[in-house]
Amino acid sequence: MLAVPAPGPLRRVSDLLYGRPAALLALLLVPPLLWLGVIYLGSLLALLANAFFGLDDFTGQVRREFTLANFVELLAPANVDVAVRTVTMAVLVTLACVVLGFPVAYYMARYARGPAKALLYIAVMLPLWSSYLVRLYAWKLLLAKEGAISWLFAELHLGWLLESVLALPVVGANSLSFSRLGTFIVFVYMWLPFMILPIQASIERIPASLLEASGDLGAAAGTTLRRVILPLAMPGIAAGSIFTFSLTLGDYIIPQVIGDSTLFIGQVVYRQQGVAGNLPFAAAFSLVPIAVIAAYLWLAKRLGAFDAL
Amino acid sequence: MRNEASWGLRLAAWAGILFLHVPLALIVLYAFSAEDKSYVFPPPALTTHWFAAAWARDDVWQAIGLSLRVAAWATAIAVVLGTLAAGALARAQFFGREAVNLLLILPIALPGVVTGIALRSAYHTMEIPFSFWTIVIGHATFCVVVVFNNAVARLRRTSPSLIEASMDLGADSFQTLRHVILPQLGSALLAGGLLAFALSFDEVIVTTFTAGQQTTLPIWMLQELIRPRQRPVTNVVAVVIIGLTFVPILAAYMLTRADEGSAQR
Repeated sequence: MLAVPAPGPLRRVSDLLYGRPAALLALLLVPPLLWLGVIYLGSLLALLANAFFGLDDFTGQVRREFTLANFVELLAPANVDVAVRTVTMAVLVTLACVVLGFPVAYYMARYARGPAKALLYIAVMLPLWSSYLVRLYAWKLLLAKEGAISWLFAELHLGWLLESVLALPVVGANSLSFSRLGTFIVFVYMWLPFMILPIQASIERIPASLLEASGDLGAAAGTTLRRVILPLAMPGIAAGSIFTFSLTLGDYIIPQVIGDSTLFIGQVVYRQQGVAGNLPFAAAFSLVPIAVIAAYLWLAKRLGAFDAL
Repeated sequence: MRNEASWGLRLAAWAGILFLHVPLALIVLYAFSAEDKSYVFPPPALTTHWFAAAWARDDVWQAIGLSLRVAAWATAIAVVLGTLAAGALARAQFFGREAVNLLLILPIALPGVVTGIALRSAYHTMEIPFSFWTIVIGHATFCVVVVFNNAVARLRRTSPSLIEASMDLGADSFQTLRHVILPQLGSALLAGGLLAFALSFDEVIVTTFTAGQQTTLPIWMLQELIRPRQRPVTNVVAVVIIGLTFVPILAAYMLTRADEGSAQR
């Protein structure tokens, strides 16, 4: 008979874990849950609680008494303005990203092959992961009055066109880098890769036979695009729009560096907690993007966006 | 279906790619510009003088050093936590699984300004002074999901019969972990770690809330963006940052090319 060696202590722990998958699962889950649940979620909940506190008028310290004053103040016209301006920007940026990103994603998924496809993928992924501030800095150079875009317009003898765009109310200013049009362009540039990749993934998943069937049944290329590809790419578009929408809502650096000095939600939150020292109001204001994003996620879920993430 | 893209589609696609890359190319050009007072285009003359000037700057070196140390610690923590979470969520079904998944994604799904202000007010309430570790805690929190994504994708592609075979052949759980699971997971963890490193090295929004008076490289860059003082040095630093971040991103891409799509966020 084969002599079975007495199991060592490690082996016994191993057997114990193998016999009790629940214990193993708990061991795996406890450290990440402690970190995210206590440090992160704890901080978030503390912030939420702060939204219901107020500032003491005399000391400027946070007074821990329940009040809804912050939420009443949110409804002041100036604050509603900020929220509407930010959400409008987020919607426009999302639409522009779809229009610019769809052809790239479509071409990548349907036509690019082999090395060209790998190259395109890297070309979209590199800007997504590379430095946000450096890319923002690049646009400061591009949009400056003496910068490359003005130069290009002048060389093409289209200086008058740029002038007349900049003369428009609301979007214009004396130079692109101080205009809201500039802010818009930079937002679109920053988040475009986040839109391309999920659309590409969703088009990639459409079986070629569906498109052949559509063609065989007599649909022209445009009809196939509109009636077959677009509906099937919708989850990808919705997934990408979650990124473009939520990133625009929360950003406070881009409008600070490029644009006229009107405020966006992120900037108000930043200033209220920093310069103004009014943490409770900053906390209440930071609930606005969270609420908008939650509503948006709910809508996106209904469009099937989470299957394409 | 036609197998050739129409000219219009090709043009639109490549125009989109060009839009993504022209600004980056421009940064490189400006680093060599001899003009130091404005952003004039085209640069009147080219010089490599500013590379030497930037090299001699102590504040830039200190910022790079701090950023590298923060990114190293944040990545280390994220790799441990992300791998554990991936191990738990890859196959097991249990009550609250969706909630854990959401908790992992939340730090990058919510605007950075919310995460930042939440951490800052928590530090303030608990009277924790700003330090190296307050930055690391913030970074590790949103880096976990990057490692998790890569690890969970690989674990789901690894056949469970490999583990069963290892156990049947007499290996215990630890031997199986060491000789079967970790080798399978290795390149995915390296890729996730590299992306987490790149993410942390570049992070500015959460950092502005958790750094106090410390200056990471992105914070140095942000100060220059808001109040430009040394444009030529900033141009050079920008090129260095592009170079430093491209390496881990490309390496991560090469490592995950096999399992398609897992490098996506």
